[in-house]
Amino acid sequence: MDYFSILVVDDEVDFLETLVKRLQKRNIDTVGVTSGEKALETMVNKRFDVVILDIKMPGGMDGIETLREIKRHQPLAEVILLTGHGSVETSIEGMKMGAFDYLLKPIKLEDLMVKLGEAFEKKDLQEQKIRKARIKELIRFPGRVFQQEKEE
Amino acid sequence: MKERLYRSLQQKSIALTLVVSLAPLLILGATLYHQFENTCREKTREQISYRAQAQAEAIDLFLKERTAILNAMADTHTFQHMIDTQNLTRIFEVMNARAGAFVDLGIIDNTGTHRAYVGPYDLRGRNYIDQPWFNEVMIKGHYKSDVYMGFRQQPHFIIAVRRHENQQAWILRATIDPNRLEEIIRSARIGRTGDAYLVNQQAWILRATIDPNRLEEIIRSARIGRTGDAYLVNRQGVFQTRSRFEGAVLSKANLDTRQFGGRITVIEMKDHTGEDCLYAGSWLNDNKWLLVINQQPLELLSRLFALRQMEMVIITLGVLGIVATTIFTTRLVINRLKRTDLEMIELNAQLVQSDKLAALGKMAAGVAHEINNPLAVILQKTGWMEDLLEEEDFQNCENLDEFQKSIAKIEEHVERARKVVHNMLGYARRMEPRQEDVDVNDTIQQTITLLENHARINNIDIQIDLADSIPIIASDQAQLQQVFLNLLNNAIDAIGSNGSIDVVSLREDDRIVVRIKDDGPGLSDEMIRKIFDPFYTTKEPGKGTGLGLWVSHSIMAKMGGNIHVKNNPDRGAIFTVEIPIVIPEKK
Repeated sequence: MDYFSILVVDDEVDFLETLVKRLQKRNIDTVGVTSGEKALETMVNKRFDVVILDIKMPGGMDGIETLREIKRHQPLAEVILLTGHGSVETSIEGMKMGAFDYLLKPIKLEDLMVKLGEAFEKKDLQEQKIRKARIKELIRFPGRVFQQEKEE
Repeated sequence: MKERLYRSLQQKSIALTLVVSLAPLLILGATLYHQFENTCREKTREQISYRAQAQAEAIDLFLKERTAILNAMADTHTFQHMIDTQNLTRIFEVMNARAGAFVDLGIIDNTGTHRAYVGPYDLRGRNYIDQPWFNEVMIKGHYKSDVYMGFRQQPHFIIAVRRHENQQAWILRATIDPNRLEEIIRSARIGRTGDAYLVNQQAWILRATIDPNRLEEIIRSARIGRTGDAYLVNRQGVFQTRSRFEGAVLSKANLDTRQFGGRITVIEMKDHTGEDCLYAGSWLNDNKWLLVINQQPLELLSRLFALRQMEMVIITLGVLGIVATTIFTTRLVINRLKRTDLEMIELNAQLVQSDKLAALGKMAAGVAHEINNPLAVILQKTGWMEDLLEEEDFQNCENLDEFQKSIAKIEEHVERARKVVHNMLGYARRMEPRQEDVDVNDTIQQTITLLENHARINNIDIQIDLADSIPIIASDQAQLQQVFLNLLNNAIDAIGSNGSIDVVSLREDDRIVVRIKDDGPGLSDEMIRKIFDPFYTTKEPGKGTGLGLWVSHSIMAKMGGNIHVKNNPDRGAIFTVEIPIVIPEKK
């Protein structure tokens, strides 16, 4: 899965560092940041396939706000929410806002990998759909330049 | 303490109700009792007085009639005509035919000699010049005697009238008592010429004897009831007619006639039997005779007493009815109050329990968060260590196996801690109840199928009695199943082996009630109080987390239902799950 690019957002530094190292060890392109603001900054310069986002981050933007912003700037990026407590209502709210799924801490890496695989598949399917739609559009309207491509 | 309060409340309520309801009844009863008696006594006096008056008038009329007939005979026949026995006999017959009651008839001249006589005795030639009545009749012109024996030795009384014929002034003057004459003259002196006839006229007397039995007949009609009596006495208190109880004619009555004034007098005194008796007296025959009617008021009041007894019976029955009804209704109300209080206490206990569980839930969620984060770090760190151990350098390490085992143990215990925390946050990841069509009976059946083997191994029989009337509801089947699973597992654990579990479902108003009853050892009061608390368990260490019932309680509370426990009076415990009936929306 070396073509994976993952952003991990968690204020718990020990957790963040270890998880990033373990994912990188598995040849996954992983970046770790400790806040929502930093996550958004990072995403300005780099596209990620999946974002692992801790819901509860005291001080600054919390997980839900960060999710909203991520979905605004990179709608195709799949977001897996992480929660260390039982505020399932928040997680459900996140799901409604477009998160792929949520996981309860502590999570085994094997379980996380499965979820990442599912998220990537979904993203891949989404991208394929969009690509096909573009091809159809190009056939019908040759020479048309898509807004997203211009942004890229 | 509480029981004493209820008893005191009951006693006060009964006392107050009885006072309020009985007081008017008793006052009314007492008033009726006395007022009725007074009214009846008054009525009795009036009645006896009226009878005396009516009877006196009847007797007076009787005497006046006889006197009038006698006067008419004297006025319409001459002395010479009447002294002829044949003529007198005819007149006597006419008088008896018209009025009756005449025993005999005689003519007495101004010398007092009986000149002619018709009747059963031979009285012709007898002289009455010395008899007081002769003087009286000569003076007053008429006379009605007392009853007396006379020559004939039979009780009788007479009426005599005087007649003037021709001028024979000497007779009357010689025979009249001067004192009485003076009195009569004075009373007779109506005008200036009022006294002339006494000196100018010859007088003779027509005398008739009246049968006293006729008089008695009239009087007897006034005797009423068993104790009523009526008789005539003269001023001296001598019976003029026979008394029913107190004496024969001419015997002395035990009565002071001076007690009786003018017109009608009613007095109350003891009679010959010593009982209270009402005596009504009325003077008649120129106040010579006193008609006495007496009656024991008890006899007249006997109907009153019967009425009064009936009143007492009705009042007594009323009092008994009021007392019984008051006691019955008060007990009913107090019992209902007790029941309501008990329900309130139970409800309060449930509310306290819910509040406690809610607070514990919040605390548990906070604790879970604080534990999960370090656990997540530990798990990642051990994972990292495992990753590193897989590298070549470590593969030849002497203690590689020990490292790996230790890491595995750490992960195992992290997993254990994770499970506890996850359980604490809810068995399922999904805590929000979903709304789907749920057949509660089916859910119970499925849950029992899951546990059948486990129960069979422990020789526990699961009996099912599921009601048909249970509707399909909108609820969360997985969560309901979780609740049933927890309860059934607990029941099996409580029994251990060899026992039975009854599962009953039924509909009660707007709820489906599921009861799970086991025949295990039951629960102590402390267990009942704490059984829904998190981490409360009676199982061996490591066998139970003490979260199953807490989670079940939380699930039911979120669904708007309830779960509670009590001991089965026979044996074991009964868990009751109440599920709200929410009819699914039509799809």
